[in-house]
Amino acid sequence: MLKKLGLLIVAAVAFGTVQPVEAGESRVLKRIQERGVVNMGHRESSVPFAYIDKDGKPIGYSMDICNMYVDKIRDTLKMPDLKVKLVPVTSQTRIALMANGTIDMECGSTTNNLTRQKQVSYLAVTFITGTKIASKKGSGIMEIEDLNGKTIGLSQGTTNEKAIKRVAEEKGIKIKIIPVKDHPQGWLALETGRADAYASDDVLLYGLISKSKNPAQFQVTGRFLSYDPYGIMVPQDDSIYQRLGNELLADMMRTGEMQKLYDKWFNPGPTGINMPISSTLKTAFEIQALPH
Amino acid sequence: MEFSYNWDWSVLFCTVQDVKIGCVAPYFYWIVEGFGWTIAVASAAWVIAFSWGSIIGILRTLEDPIWLRIPVVKSPVNFNTSAIEADNGVVLINIAWFLHGFATIYVTIFRNIPLLVQMFLWYFVLPEVLSKEAGMWLKRELPLPEYWTSVVCLGLYTASRVGEAVRAGINSITQGQHYAAMAVGLTRVQVYRYVLLPVAYRIIVPPLTSDFLGIFKNSSLALTIGVLELTAMTRQIDEYSYQTFESFTAATVLYILVTAIVMFVMRIVEGRVSIPGMISLGAK
Repeated sequence: MLKKLGLLIVAAVAFGTVQPVEAGESRVLKRIQERGVVNMGHRESSVPFAYIDKDGKPIGYSMDICNMYVDKIRDTLKMPDLKVKLVPVTSQTRIALMANGTIDMECGSTTNNLTRQKQVSYLAVTFITGTKIASKKGSGIMEIEDLNGKTIGLSQGTTNEKAIKRVAEEKGIKIKIIPVKDHPQGWLALETGRADAYASDDVLLYGLISKSKNPAQFQVTGRFLSYDPYGIMVPQDDSIYQRLGNELLADMMRTGEMQKLYDKWFNPGPTGINMPISSTLKTAFEIQALPH
Repeated sequence: MEFSYNWDWSVLFCTVQDVKIGCVAPYFYWIVEGFGWTIAVASAAWVIAFSWGSIIGILRTLEDPIWLRIPVVKSPVNFNTSAIEADNGVVLINIAWFLHGFATIYVTIFRNIPLLVQMFLWYFVLPEVLSKEAGMWLKRELPLPEYWTSVVCLGLYTASRVGEAVRAGINSITQGQHYAAMAVGLTRVQVYRYVLLPVAYRIIVPPLTSDFLGIFKNSSLALTIGVLELTAMTRQIDEYSYQTFESFTAATVLYILVTAIVMFVMRIVEGRVSIPGMISLGAK
């Protein structure tokens, strides 16, 4: 009897100390605990991943995932009053803010690739897209080959720019490139006829079309010219913190909650983006639904 | 605050495309190319800024009227304003008043609209308000449209600042010199050419140096309309490699280098042309 009680005490002590130990070994969880605040970095114009709604609050697919991640952190640290501080980031500031410890996660539409993993880590892949070409209907542009001798707008420094330049070089296609600052300017270049086409991740192109003045005028065509898996960006070298997020995502993918979340934002979604889940992403969800 | 970042300065010097060493593109050449565009935009814009700015500055100092006489057979009324006079069948138009007014409006507009907005207006709005052919020419036929747009925009903007410096320089010369020059029979053009401008330009070397430095720094705004100058290339390297701090350090060093050279050269110029007792170089 005494022995049993002793075991119970040991178990209780062990159980009680599990959480603090976990936070103690994780750099990020420790600092969240000390601050009492999770700093959530988010993009402001990645429709429908993280964008500003009418009330001026960031919402979207990635934002929902991040909020669930915060709930998970709350449970783990046993801090029900853990606050969230929203930090708007851009593609220029996100890496610096993550490196200097300002933000604990980045919620947007960031491609996970091996070069970037030298600086940051990612949670499981939550969306898969790739480079496609948007043009005006009737322009006769279907594939990248049709752009020979024509002009295309490309956002500076994006994976899309890299992809178009690589394919054009491989195939010996002569395309005149207009570098643009961001998506709105790229779209403006296409609308005003400065460029014949604009290339970006297909989901973002559908988003741009759905928001344009005359959506019926534009088309997204061609095969995928690159492979862009999106993930929530987290600080590197903190496997405990990262595992927490991946556990959440695996659970959601296993229970089908992830699919529901996808449908909420993409099928048809509040912005009318109307993109049913692709078979690739469906498979990715199945593969990443790791068991406990 | 903790700082978890993997420094890798070698990324700045990578010249061959090799994914294995993290060199997705030859970043070194990008920096060189970007630096070249920065110099090209800034120097071409400075040519516009200096020449056009000088004209604007001079026009802003025109105080005495220049009357253009238009004989009219039948004058309906007689009136007398500072801009137009009508007197017994002769209409007199004061060109100086209109030129002065034009220069004032020019400076007010170009100096008070943010440069970023001006870039946008020149690049995206101007082709749409022109005729369809002219607009299409700007958008499609003009070689390097983003380069020339940024040069014109930056040049016209800086011209408003140079104009103000020139005006201040001319106004700082005592009226006595002006009158003395008139008294010895110089025409108005000669007064400017031989008396006012040679002194004015020497006085305004320090503010002109600031504007010249400013044009290098402001040239970074050309990236918003797609000129791949130094800052744009830096951002691109950052996006490709995620080595943010290395790439921006390189840009910072290059900007400081070029502005330091400009300052050094202008110091020498200032020393060479200074008028004893009139310029502040002695205060160094």
